[in-house]
Amino acid sequence: MKTDVLIAGVGGQGQVLASRLIGAAAILEGYAVRTGETIGMSQRGGSVVSHVRIGGESLAATVPFGQADLLIGFELCEAVRNLKRLSKKGRLIVNTQRINPVTVSLGMEQYDAGAMEETLKRAAQDAIFLDGYSLAREAGSVKAVNVVLLGTAVGAGYLPLSRESFLQAIRDILPQKLHDLNFAAFDKGYELGNRAVEDKTAQIK
Amino acid sequence: MGNEAIALGAIKAGVRVVCGYPGTPSTEVLETVAKNNDGSIYVEWSVNEKTAMEVAAGAAYSGARTMVTMKQVGLNVASDPLMSLAYIGVKGGMVLVVADDPGPLSSQTEQDTRHFAKFSNLPVLDPSTPEEAYAMIQAAFALSEKVGLPVILRPTTRVCHACASIDVDDNREEHIPSGFEKDSRWVIFPRLSYKKHIEIEKLQTVLAETFSESPFNRVSGKGSLGIAGSGIAWAYAQDVIRDLDLDVKTFKVGTPYPFPEKLAESFLEGLEAVLVLEELDPVIEEALLEIAGKNGLKVTISGKKDGTTPYAGEYSYELVRKAIAEFTGRSDPEVPETTIPPLPARPPVLCAGCPHRASFYAVKKAMKGRKAVFTGDIGCYTLGNAKPLNMVDTCLCMGASVSVAQGIKRVEPDTRLFAFIGDSTFFHTGIPGVINAVYNQTDIVLVVLDNSTTAMTGHQPHPGTGRTMMGSVSEKIDIAGLLKSIGVKWVRKINPFDQKAAISAVKEASEVKGVSAIIFEAPCIALIKKPEAFSVDSDKCRACGLCIREIGCPSMFLIDDGKVQIEPSTCYACGLCGSICPFGAIGGMNHEN
Repeated sequence: MKTDVLIAGVGGQGQVLASRLIGAAAILEGYAVRTGETIGMSQRGGSVVSHVRIGGESLAATVPFGQADLLIGFELCEAVRNLKRLSKKGRLIVNTQRINPVTVSLGMEQYDAGAMEETLKRAAQDAIFLDGYSLAREAGSVKAVNVVLLGTAVGAGYLPLSRESFLQAIRDILPQKLHDLNFAAFDKGYELGNRAVEDKTAQIK
Repeated sequence: MGNEAIALGAIKAGVRVVCGYPGTPSTEVLETVAKNNDGSIYVEWSVNEKTAMEVAAGAAYSGARTMVTMKQVGLNVASDPLMSLAYIGVKGGMVLVVADDPGPLSSQTEQDTRHFAKFSNLPVLDPSTPEEAYAMIQAAFALSEKVGLPVILRPTTRVCHACASIDVDDNREEHIPSGFEKDSRWVIFPRLSYKKHIEIEKLQTVLAETFSESPFNRVSGKGSLGIAGSGIAWAYAQDVIRDLDLDVKTFKVGTPYPFPEKLAESFLEGLEAVLVLEELDPVIEEALLEIAGKNGLKVTISGKKDGTTPYAGEYSYELVRKAIAEFTGRSDPEVPETTIPPLPARPPVLCAGCPHRASFYAVKKAMKGRKAVFTGDIGCYTLGNAKPLNMVDTCLCMGASVSVAQGIKRVEPDTRLFAFIGDSTFFHTGIPGVINAVYNQTDIVLVVLDNSTTAMTGHQPHPGTGRTMMGSVSEKIDIAGLLKSIGVKWVRKINPFDQKAAISAVKEASEVKGVSAIIFEAPCIALIKKPEAFSVDSDKCRACGLCIREIGCPSMFLIDDGKVQIEPSTCYACGLCGSICPFGAIGGMNHEN
């Protein structure tokens, strides 16, 4: 099954590792995969986006406008910034953490979190909003917010890949001393994702 | 990653010597070779691209397969050896990996390396995907040895930084260097150059014919409409042709120079119109126009020259789809409308705790109310141009801060000139400018921002770090000692976080006749263990906002009551904010909160 995923956030939040983990998990499950990253100057706290294309025949790694099946927003504003790539049937996972650009702190620009959340809620039927920052801290480090969000995507069934493949990808890519932290972070997200979907199903019934 | 694919392909092809200078989007090529080095490959980050190319040339003269890596503007620095090497040639296969950056996403220019290939008469390969880059780098080594010339591989950002699933063949080719043999062929002289020039021009025709048979160039499909393209634009075109279910004749160009003329003729045959899709300059478009003209063909060729596609900026799936839809008379499928509220821009900034912020701030404070110009250079510290620091008045190219400052001083003798340059950039091309200023007695203050690494590209070692890419320890080149030895009499090393000392040193330096130099020494935060963050005592904070307004640290936020909060996960406790707060509200670990 072809799945186009977009990871949007602020440089330094670990998007590159997240897209690598999805890529590695997809390869473990026998999919062809393409990823594309923002590397360079933007990594210094600028807007960054990673594209991951699982299965499918495309030669280009960039997900076209209106075609992403899943948008994982590592930060509220950056999720909105990339909405135009999300398909009408696409799903959303949003870390509600707000990271003010310096331009906002200096009073040069506004950050209207309310309007952003409204827009996101209208944009997708299946959307999970979570405080990934706190879950990562509970798991042992706020740096693991990227893996929390991957766990949520898998737990909710928004990614066609298994928990086991991700745990293996973590083992394969990360140094051993970081395994336990990231397993814990993944499972924090996984449980939340699982629960969110169950609650929703219960609501519909 | 495309860059990793290139590195693994080079290792498979038996590369022996790899040199380069870091630059986005090329950096990971050399790093991947180093990471996968079994010890049989010599790998170095050279001091600059010219040096890298010359080291590699010497190794190639001696029969080794060699690779040089750099970004497009790096080739400007290495263009001197490049042009002559095209005449002299090589014995061992030599591949120059030069990454172009349409956009540009992380560069000063959008220059097109395919022109350098044409200019220097060297063959160039242009991959569309990481898989193709893996195949091309291997073919490039074989081609280089066959024709005795360096070969350029020119990936672009979207290929360099894209990952794909590739089956890597671990069987390494064995190429034992034969060693350097003394021969007059290695000494460039006018008479030799004339003879070689004739040979190279002949070779271009031969290469064009060879390339018409190359698997990297393909003509397929039929009809009266044709689409030609290369690089990532070709990948988008393939996706669009499939998505719109089009039946057109296509020409994929993997070797833009020398242009595969025969194959192009077979592509143009019977066509009424051609659309060319390539990023940056119209290299393929011009080649096709020339062939059509030469053969008197009645075919319309559209692309950049008739305004169909843009010269500047990178291409996208959407841009290519629109162009192809118009060209084939299809309607461009509409992109669903998404209305989003106005969003704040998020440009890159100096990291929280970055020592450059403290260095800039000290100079700014010291020069407050004085007439001063701050020339900047290439590196993380170019970001010092942003508000509220506003400390970069010029930025041109690597090393230019030092020399541009001298020119301004010649015209504005009453202005104080400060040239900011990073440690790696200082070694790269900064030193000749300093010698120039000393010898010509120009009053400038050289500010070396020494953070002990090449930070912007991901922390590569340089001669001031004491490490090499072979894992060995080397004696550090002492910047202060070097400056003194070339005649800079006033040299101070200062920790920029000691603001008092820093500000007073800057004032003193600005009064010195001739060249004075301040070396701000503090490591990049990526090199240190993160200490406990600073915090704000909300009882003492008077919500004046001065800390944020003065230094614009990305770890500091205003909360609802106008008071300041510090994000603990990104604060490196540099203390600059604490030194600014007039109420003593910001402090470190033992600070009362």
